[in-house]
Amino acid sequence: MHPAPSVIAFTTFSGLGFGLLFWLGLGQPAPTGWVAFAFFALAYTMAVGGLLASTFHLGHPERAHLALTQWRTSWLSREGIAAIATLLLGGLFALLRMWSQSGPALGWLVSLGCLATVFTTAMIYTQMRTVPRWRHWTTPALFLTLSLAGGALLANRSTAALVLLALAAVLQLVAWITGDKQFAQSGTTLATATGLGEIGRVRAFMPPHTGSNYLLKEFAYAVGRRHALQLRVIGLILAFGVPIPLLAAGLTHMTALIAVLAHIAGVLCLRWLFFAQAEHVMGLYYGKR
Amino acid sequence: MTEPTLDLSRPIGDEVRKTTCYMCACRCGIDVHMKGGKVAYIEGNRDHPINKGVLCAKGSAGIMQHNAPARLRAPLKRTGPRGSGQYEEISWDEALGLATAWLKPLRETAPEKLAFFTGRDQSQSFTSLWAQGFGTPNYAAHGGFCSVNMAAAGIYTMGGAFWEFGQPDWDHTKLFLLFGVAEDHDSNPIKIGISKLKGRGARIVGINPIRTGYNAVADDWFGVTPGNDGLLILSLIHCLMTAGQIDVDYLARFTNASVLVNQDPKSPDYGLFIRDDELRPQVIDSRTGKLAPWNGEGVEPQLTGTWRNAGFTHRSVFHLMADRYTDTIHAPENVAERVGIPASRIRQLAADMADIAFNKPVVLDQPWTDFRGKRHEKMIGRPVSVHAMRGISAHSNGFQTCRALHTLQIILGAVETPGGMRFKPPYPKPATAHPKPHCKVVPGQPLNGPHLGYPQGPDDLCLTDAGDPARIDKAFTWENPLSAHGLMHMVISNAHAGDPYKIDTLFMYMANMSWNSSMNTCGVIDMLTDTDKDGEYVIPRIIYSDAYSSEMVFYADLILPDTTYLERHDCISLLDRPICEADAMADAIRWPVVEPDRDVRAFQSVLCDLGARLNLPGFVNDDGSAKYADYADYITHHIRRPGIGPLAGWRVGDTGLQDGRGLPNDNQLNEYIANGGFWSSHIPAEAAYYKPFNRAYQDWAVTMGLYDSPQPYIFQLYVEPLRRFQLAAEGPGHRQPPDRLRGQIKITMDPLPIWYPPFEDAHVDPAEYNVHALTQRPMAMYHSWGDQNAWLRQIHGHNPLYVPTKIWAKHGFKDGDWARVTSAHGSITVPVALQESLNENTVWTWNAIGKRKGAWALDHDAPEATRGFLLNHLIHELLPPKGDGLRWANSDPVTGQAAWFDLRVKIEKSGVPNESQPVLPPLASPVPKAPSQLRWKITP
Amino acid sequence: MTTLPPPSAVKLGLVIDLDTCVGCHACVVACKGWNTQSDLGAPLSDQDPFGAAPTGTFLNRVHSYEVTPEKGPTQQVHFPKSCLHCEDAPCVTVCPTGASYKRAADGIVLVNEDACIGCGLCAWACPYGAREMDAAAGVMKKCTLCVDRIYNEALPEVDRTPACVRTCPAGARHFGDLGDPDSAVSQLVAERGGFDLMPELGMKPVNKYLPPRPRDVDQIDVLAPLLAPVGSDGKGLIAWLDRTLSKLPGARD
Repeated sequence: MHPAPSVIAFTTFSGLGFGLLFWLGLGQPAPTGWVAFAFFALAYTMAVGGLLASTFHLGHPERAHLALTQWRTSWLSREGIAAIATLLLGGLFALLRMWSQSGPALGWLVSLGCLATVFTTAMIYTQMRTVPRWRHWTTPALFLTLSLAGGALLANRSTAALVLLALAAVLQLVAWITGDKQFAQSGTTLATATGLGEIGRVRAFMPPHTGSNYLLKEFAYAVGRRHALQLRVIGLILAFGVPIPLLAAGLTHMTALIAVLAHIAGVLCLRWLFFAQAEHVMGLYYGKR
Repeated sequence: MTEPTLDLSRPIGDEVRKTTCYMCACRCGIDVHMKGGKVAYIEGNRDHPINKGVLCAKGSAGIMQHNAPARLRAPLKRTGPRGSGQYEEISWDEALGLATAWLKPLRETAPEKLAFFTGRDQSQSFTSLWAQGFGTPNYAAHGGFCSVNMAAAGIYTMGGAFWEFGQPDWDHTKLFLLFGVAEDHDSNPIKIGISKLKGRGARIVGINPIRTGYNAVADDWFGVTPGNDGLLILSLIHCLMTAGQIDVDYLARFTNASVLVNQDPKSPDYGLFIRDDELRPQVIDSRTGKLAPWNGEGVEPQLTGTWRNAGFTHRSVFHLMADRYTDTIHAPENVAERVGIPASRIRQLAADMADIAFNKPVVLDQPWTDFRGKRHEKMIGRPVSVHAMRGISAHSNGFQTCRALHTLQIILGAVETPGGMRFKPPYPKPATAHPKPHCKVVPGQPLNGPHLGYPQGPDDLCLTDAGDPARIDKAFTWENPLSAHGLMHMVISNAHAGDPYKIDTLFMYMANMSWNSSMNTCGVIDMLTDTDKDGEYVIPRIIYSDAYSSEMVFYADLILPDTTYLERHDCISLLDRPICEADAMADAIRWPVVEPDRDVRAFQSVLCDLGARLNLPGFVNDDGSAKYADYADYITHHIRRPGIGPLAGWRVGDTGLQDGRGLPNDNQLNEYIANGGFWSSHIPAEAAYYKPFNRAYQDWAVTMGLYDSPQPYIFQLYVEPLRRFQLAAEGPGHRQPPDRLRGQIKITMDPLPIWYPPFEDAHVDPAEYNVHALTQRPMAMYHSWGDQNAWLRQIHGHNPLYVPTKIWAKHGFKDGDWARVTSAHGSITVPVALQESLNENTVWTWNAIGKRKGAWALDHDAPEATRGFLLNHLIHELLPPKGDGLRWANSDPVTGQAAWFDLRVKIEKSGVPNESQPVLPPLASPVPKAPSQLRWKITP
Repeated sequence: MTTLPPPSAVKLGLVIDLDTCVGCHACVVACKGWNTQSDLGAPLSDQDPFGAAPTGTFLNRVHSYEVTPEKGPTQQVHFPKSCLHCEDAPCVTVCPTGASYKRAADGIVLVNEDACIGCGLCAWACPYGAREMDAAAGVMKKCTLCVDRIYNEALPEVDRTPACVRTCPAGARHFGDLGDPDSAVSQLVAERGGFDLMPELGMKPVNKYLPPRPRDVDQIDVLAPLLAPVGSDGKGLIAWLDRTLSKLPGARD
């Protein structure tokens, strides 16, 4: 799949934003006044910024409101609704916090909304029968864990962050190990794609057009094997390898900043791989995997 | 939310205009849907005899051709050196004045100094009339480098060939053999035919080194090694003859297998037919055992006759065939390796043909009467049909290979019989009913007759009194006596060399000679730009007409911009290459469904104007005024023979409008337009088969004006005109070939089909150049016409060299690799791709996808120019020297057909260059830059 | 309306005959032409049409595959592909706006371009590569089964068929109701063993493909006797002919 910057930014930053909002909703931490404003502003900047980024790749962003209508079947629609509802409730909750009012029930509701939002985001990918690598329990698990871990890091919940980061690292490894086999295990091949397998070995000979097209650009992104391995290592180090020891050592302002930035960079890298390494079955028609 | 309400019954446009497609030479009918006076959509015309509603990719992309940014906009006069692309736009008055000023003195002093050659011309009966009026012998179209071997072999053998001449009997055939067909030719009829065969469960056999397109849907594929089709065919003939699997009755009655041939080497007529006082070839009449003319009333020719006459032995042609083709040198086991097909598969194919022909005949309950007056109660057919094209034709043994193929068809009785091959009007028409070539030049006067034709012997060659070639292309000379379509591919090199003489003006139409229409492209570019010691161009003047900014535009001095096919009148005439089908005589028109929005004129209208300015006979009235206002006027009013004009429909008769013959009808074009752009008339059922021999057909053809008198004939398995040339080479006769050519003529002008290795095999080392290299044309692209088309160029924007598994593995190629491909003549470096369904010693690519930078209004970094390439760089019009001090033509020695497909190359893996090599410098485009996005919707 | 309607009785679709398709791209361009002029939606645009990287929106493309059997030469199969109008169409259910929908009456899958935000998710959900985003219009384009032809009362009845079917010179494309077991297309599928693409994904495509008939089948043994020689050379052949001709009923004297 084409690793579009808008979608990478969207999933990464809205994940972090809703992750932070999750902890704020739980009252972990429970700042008030301008400090509250700063925390909520950070969460909203990332969550809303991510959502806005996601509209960059739309052909008609002016019609984006229509995307809220199809919650009965569409995970994207559900995600939109969840995100907006969560942000509205979260806004109310933020106002309460800034004026030092507590509202634990509302907070929990906000936290629940955050989980729902991140889960629905993940389900947009998980639901795809066309991308075997994504169609796995690790996708929502990893999205949620990364979101909460990043949120915990931003919320300065060191213990939670430490545990969640370690869990996310493990989940990421599991996702790669299982994911690398998913396509082959899906049973979809050029033989089933063309129905010609019973005659013999099928090979893509001439593509329909000599030039490229939307499908190839969108779905047939190829990452070199060595290149991918390097990026996986880099992603792991940045997202988990840097923050975990810093957390374990106890954060200072400076190391906290390093941990956060490294984590964000790492998640961006992992998200890039999430898309770039995902093979769409459509590619088979073009002789690609 | 509910489903949106859709308005599903909107009309496509406000009007449908029906005309004829010209995205290739297939001549399909199209419905052009107009919206607000603009072309909105094009689809096939359901009523049209050629395409019956369907339309290929090219045809459907016509809207992009019609609107291509590469269209020329006004006459251009060269202002910089040739090749610089520096031109100024001039008025038509100035352009025509200039052309007249150049051409008038030539006509008055030396008309042969004009060489007028048209390329993909569909108006040859008109352009040749113009050239004849001018008085130059130097006229032809592109057949010489296209498929003249096929046309000439067909016409000499059986009075017709494939495509415009004939077609398989799609409705009855049970076994269809397809040899080396260019997939852009006769495009829709073949596909419609294949569809019919598939629907009926008939077998399709593809004989082609490359399994793409039609060969992909063939039930059986024979991946023959290029240049060896003739060997394969003779082996099939061997199998059938030795097994007696031949149609004896058909051979005796309808072929010259029963004609008696002088077999005495001491006779001056050795190898010629016995003829009576009326010069009619003789057979033995089995009723009397005596000699009788072949066409005598009631004669029953004896197939196995012998005769001694005046001390000379005569044997029937069949004896000669039996001796030759039963020889075991033709046995499958002895040819299998060369042909590249196991002997068992060759036998299998022969057995299949025998089985279908003789165990599964098609019998139509339709009585008919032959030309000897014999009534036949039924039409008995051998449902084995064949179609072939350039694949077997474009070899130096192509003429004889095509002859062999027709012989195979004929011994099965599968020509003009149900289920076999059928001719389309104006064919059948034997070689003897065609004109002979003419070349007599008298300054200020028209030529003494048509340029092109079918020589019957050495007396008909186009030689000067001194024995030198009369034509610039050396057509109809001892080097290629039967060059029925001329040799367009030799014109520029001969004119440059001044051999046989210098010319002044080269005048061309729709022929991309400085690119894909020439062998040796770079050499031709050098010849076009070469100057003599005075700094003058060696070819002093070049006038060129084209609708688009093709590569050739850049080398002309004066450019006459043509219209697109939707902006012009044309006639697809019975005098030319009409739209007939086997069951119907038909012709068609084009008409301007839109007017040009540029200062361009239809080339044929320009010729009418120029003809009048030059005072050419046939183009001026008695008072010297222009005879034709434009081409439409010519189409309507020209009279070729009494009662016969360019169009056969709606002519004026005694009692009203009539078909075929008649006086001109001022309203004729409107009648065509009202009828959907074409006219057709069905052939009566009694006349539908056996046309060359069928009295009903012959009489019908006379009524319709195809012939002026009945012209029955029998198929010429033994082609006596070939023997006349061969005999001259052996010594007898007053017109003698030069000694250097005697050996070649003796071998290659054999009156019975033979096979000999392609000439290139003897001029280059087959061990070093061990790979055959071919081109094919894709179905979605026609020649060079297509890369200016925004839709088609997305399908074929560049062309890899397809390499078979054996060669791929040997060189360790991977996807994305490039190869250096070298012939005896040149070298190219190009991208490669693997093809497993390919003859193991053959590589190939799509033809004419590669483009020169700056041409066709494409950006300089267009893939056509950076990854696309031409194989032409590897092919020369002459063969490499072989040490005898002579340069031999890279062409068929009988017809002069360019031997494109004899090419041998060697391959090596190369590094990855930035671009396909060689890279030629970019040309400066004479048309504005093309748009960066298209959204082609007509909103009125 | 992205909830799939209950399965319709009428299931309009295409049957594509891989035995007959010669790979000419006629359907590709006819489709391009029709859907560019169509008033149903935006024209199919082309970017950099005369430049280095021309790309455009096409709703139907023809692939070419090589198939190598265990025995016999490699075969080639031309493979046209457009929207298969699946019964279980994930491209419809993923759509967040309701632009993508399956018609309740005939099962045709369409995009309401006025409601399409161009998110591309439907194309992600389609395993067949049947949907292409138009770069100029910013909306998703797909095969409409020429819904503006097949019901078009302004067209002659014979022309109420998709543009690709009408133009196909080889007759390799058939249009009809695959929900009706007695329809010509259903019969064709039954006779020829029509199949689904990627059946394991469970999209239940309506369009079917007919397999290529067996190629390069060996049958020499049956017919070999036909080639038994009648004479060892030319003389032998002539002698055989003279013998045979005189024995034939109605032989000439």
